[in-house]
Amino acid sequence: MSLTVFTPGPLSLLQDLGRHGHQHIGVSPGGPMDEHAFLWANRLLDNPIHAAQIEIAMGQFSCQFHAETTITLTGADMAAKLNQQPISPWQSFSVRAGDQLTLRGSQHGIRAYLAVKDGFVVTPVLNSCATVMRDNLGGPDTQGRKLTAQDSLRYNPTPAQPLRRVPRQFIPEYGQDVTLEVIPGYQYEQFAPEQRQRFFSHSYTVTPQIDRMGYRLAGEAITCQTTSLISEGIALGAIQIPADGQPIILMRDRQTIGGYPKIGCLTASSLSKLAQCQPGAQIRFVEKDLYQAEAERMIEHHFFHSYVGKKRAAAILNQALTT
Amino acid sequence: MTVTPVNENTVMVYLADHTSPETADQIAALLPILRSQLGHYLIDLVPSYTSILISFDLMAIGLRDFTQQLKQLLHEAKQQQHQHSPSPLIELPVYYGPEVALDADELCRHTGLDFEQIIDIHASTLYRVYAIGFAPGFAYLGNTDPRLHIARKQTPRAKVPAGSLALADQQTAIYPKASPGGWQIIGRTPVELIDYQRENLTLFEMGAQVRFTPISRAKFIELGGIITAEEAALAAGRTQADTSSGDMRREHRIREVA
Repeated sequence: MSLTVFTPGPLSLLQDLGRHGHQHIGVSPGGPMDEHAFLWANRLLDNPIHAAQIEIAMGQFSCQFHAETTITLTGADMAAKLNQQPISPWQSFSVRAGDQLTLRGSQHGIRAYLAVKDGFVVTPVLNSCATVMRDNLGGPDTQGRKLTAQDSLRYNPTPAQPLRRVPRQFIPEYGQDVTLEVIPGYQYEQFAPEQRQRFFSHSYTVTPQIDRMGYRLAGEAITCQTTSLISEGIALGAIQIPADGQPIILMRDRQTIGGYPKIGCLTASSLSKLAQCQPGAQIRFVEKDLYQAEAERMIEHHFFHSYVGKKRAAAILNQALTT
Repeated sequence: MTVTPVNENTVMVYLADHTSPETADQIAALLPILRSQLGHYLIDLVPSYTSILISFDLMAIGLRDFTQQLKQLLHEAKQQQHQHSPSPLIELPVYYGPEVALDADELCRHTGLDFEQIIDIHASTLYRVYAIGFAPGFAYLGNTDPRLHIARKQTPRAKVPAGSLALADQQTAIYPKASPGGWQIIGRTPVELIDYQRENLTLFEMGAQVRFTPISRAKFIELGGIITAEEAALAAGRTQADTSSGDMRREHRIREVA
């Protein structure tokens, strides 16, 4: 049984938590731009943490369900309607065969996540269905294609589940004035103190050059004492400072290696926030203690993993027994 | 050697401050050790010219403990460095003909060499895989002979054909898939360099040795290489227009080896 896409919108992609373990041969990991919203969408359904969802950028998406299931919408509020009835994101809904979901544009935030109970059933490539268009990997055809009208996405029908909503304190507000946390690292020491100070004391504007690979910002140019660097691995959230001094923040579809100096990395939670920013958003950076960031990340991991812990353990055991 | 964290669950290991075959060997030797000893923690390893970026699973281990285990392992590995297994040798057939050597003229102008000399120099050098990145299976091979050093193109091509052999700065590489690219194109291999259905997805691995073997047009086609009608027509046009460059002679001299 399946869902049929009526209108895909400008960029709707199948995503799971990413294609890991292949960066050494240049394969970008992909995965959800706003991981926070993605993880909540699966959690509301008791899904495995990596279950495949649709990442809907800039809305204008509509579809029809052909079997009973429970769905969640998280991320940006795109004035969704289920069978013409307005629904709010960050909660789950029962759907029946024939139900139609339509999303319009959003005022705040640019990405929404649509999950179904147990996730979409998609043929994986290198153990993931995450769509990385640049690498021609993942997606509905395994070739990295974005969703198009008439795409049919399979899921297993399930009877009605208890409906849930995300507690208010965990629902982010997607503003255009954002403070992001930076873990100093990489070539941080090779930026002169006054350059670092400039970086942390000015605000930067999100430019229209934003995609799943990187976000270009514009503002006070900063310079690094080292201009040419031997190419090295690029971590998630790395803040690259090319020769023009304007920061580029590297996102899920980033290249695996690169030779620009980097002043540090955004924390994973800040990266999720940035992924919802539209061009024109004002960004301020604050320094974050590495071990504080690690502790918060660990707590978040345990929170999202524990919910499906027992099921996951059973699934792993089952897999181990059958192989 | 330094080990330094870069984000919540990623650390960087710097092994040297300049590129060398020895460092490539050292990195190649470390990768299987890291995989076997720390495999249950690892998410990704990203080796490059002089470094290895390592991300790990925070559900399995914390940053302090991971860093400590990693340092210990690197220390032990250093003691046993003499046990390098020799780097594998990869030989790749390449057709250097006019239909596919899209930047032959630019390279001849820049180097002052005939294209057959360029082929001789390029194919007689033994290269090392110094890094893999940019695109899946795109291996940075170095170093090229100093006579072949050339900057990237001013304006990158919108589409470089799959299998294109290219030069930039001190390096040479093959574009595994068609993609935009700014390197200077001098030939094409018929070998499929990335295949997601294959067990080892790409032929290249860090530190491997690579040699190119010139092949004829016929051999290129026989091995599955593709030259489009448009490319053939364009090359024929160039040959007619340029009577002095000896394109015919060039094609003649391409030895059949593979």
